[in-house]
Amino acid sequence: MKYKSVFDIIGPVMIGPSSSHTAGAARIGRVARNLFRREPKWATISFYGSFAKTYKGHGTDVAIVGGILDYDTYDERIIESINVAKQKGIKVKFQEEDAITDHPNTARIRMGDDKGEIELVGISIGGGKVEIIELNGFELKLSGHHPAILVVHDDRFGAIASVSNVIAKHQLNIGHMDVSRKEKGQMALMTIEVDQPIDEAVINELTSLPNITQVTRISD
Amino acid sequence: MFRNVAELVELAESQNKKISDIMIEQEIEFTGKTFEEVYSQMERNLEVMEQAVARGLEGVKSHSGLTGGDAVLLQKYIEKGNSLCGDTILDAVSKAVATNEVNAAMGTICATPTAGSAGVVPGTLFAVKNKLNPTKDEMIRFLFASGAFGFVVANNASISGAAGGCQAEVGSASGMAAAAIVEMAGGTPSQSAEAMAITLKNMLGLVCDPVAGLVEVPCVKRNAMGAANAMVAADMALAGITSRIPCDEVIDAMYKIGQTMPVALRETAQGGLAATPTGRELEAKIFGVSLNKREDS
Repeated sequence: MKYKSVFDIIGPVMIGPSSSHTAGAARIGRVARNLFRREPKWATISFYGSFAKTYKGHGTDVAIVGGILDYDTYDERIIESINVAKQKGIKVKFQEEDAITDHPNTARIRMGDDKGEIELVGISIGGGKVEIIELNGFELKLSGHHPAILVVHDDRFGAIASVSNVIAKHQLNIGHMDVSRKEKGQMALMTIEVDQPIDEAVINELTSLPNITQVTRISD
Repeated sequence: MFRNVAELVELAESQNKKISDIMIEQEIEFTGKTFEEVYSQMERNLEVMEQAVARGLEGVKSHSGLTGGDAVLLQKYIEKGNSLCGDTILDAVSKAVATNEVNAAMGTICATPTAGSAGVVPGTLFAVKNKLNPTKDEMIRFLFASGAFGFVVANNASISGAAGGCQAEVGSASGMAAAAIVEMAGGTPSQSAEAMAITLKNMLGLVCDPVAGLVEVPCVKRNAMGAANAMVAADMALAGITSRIPCDEVIDAMYKIGQTMPVALRETAQGGLAATPTGRELEAKIFGVSLNKREDS
């Protein structure tokens, strides 16, 4: 079941005109922002499929930038987000891609500053719901059926154990877990699906652990 | 957890409950939230819908200038008292239009189930309100009941125009509204399912062909017709009329039609009304240049 809550259907409260192209895009942008944990200095946004064909009319561009600025789907500042980004000195670039993707509403965000960068691919599956399918070159094997946490970390011993301990302490049951890394000792990613909704406290505690660089909730 | 309409109706009827009760219980079970939390979140959504209708009835204009003001025209027409359809249907139509005009103007709305189809459920709700005088509780339950049917469609087919055409958006919204109207009017859960089936059957094959890629033309008027469709189907179901094709099979048919629909007709602005000479002209006018889209990809 991709949709689990009645508020996926009656909701979200949002700025028009399109739940998949506006609210969904804002949410993809906001996931990127949450993972990056600070305002980027630049962002390059690539649109595929229906996003590429119609993003101007749907305000997908302002919405995704609004998300990057940490605005929620109903934040009226979304309408002015590109101007706000400009005033803040954030360099935003849009690219329309021809590549055929598995889902018609696909966006790739690369963003960063002098300290680092992040790249993710998100799809907007309808009604404002989104899935992140790729992060920093890692393909994510998320079913989209359960609440999930993404943890970007350094490949060190104990990192995985410390994360699972925190999850156990908060009485969350792990249904699926996937660990992958670029190279031994380098950047690694934990994808964790749990059965219960995830509190902000869990995210905060995971973020404060050693060797953990980015933590975010993906779907709930 | 119900996976389809048959299970939803069975759960409600075997326990002598309303569709909305089943949806609320499932939400509590899934999220671990309290009844009060779930209920008040829906209450807030209802308030957003009410505000959007009010704003649309005052008159809005979209940035492109393509839409806005039609809800006001309809209300003035209704006031003259000479309408052919009758006040309740036209009131639903005008309030659906009001909401979708606000959406097109980048105003605040509640996606139901999507933004492009956000007018139908509130439009019918606030029109039926004048007829049935529901309590606030019954109005909140209207949203849970419509949500239950939307939940089934979203999980078994699609509610996205890009994935399944406008039948998946306005079609779903209309079916959801019809089912909720039946519950509010005192019909049975299975009558709600019949209303949903009858509505959706008449929305099958509806393409998503937004002119210039904007959620305006034909979206606003499709919300109008979706609302009218829902009202008629609800009355039919309340009269005891049933759908020869069961609701779940109609939803499945909708899904399969969506999958076989060409990409040009799924929210890409490459075909249908978007590709008409006037559609292309409007596109060129709005964006300064014709986007010169292929019509047959």
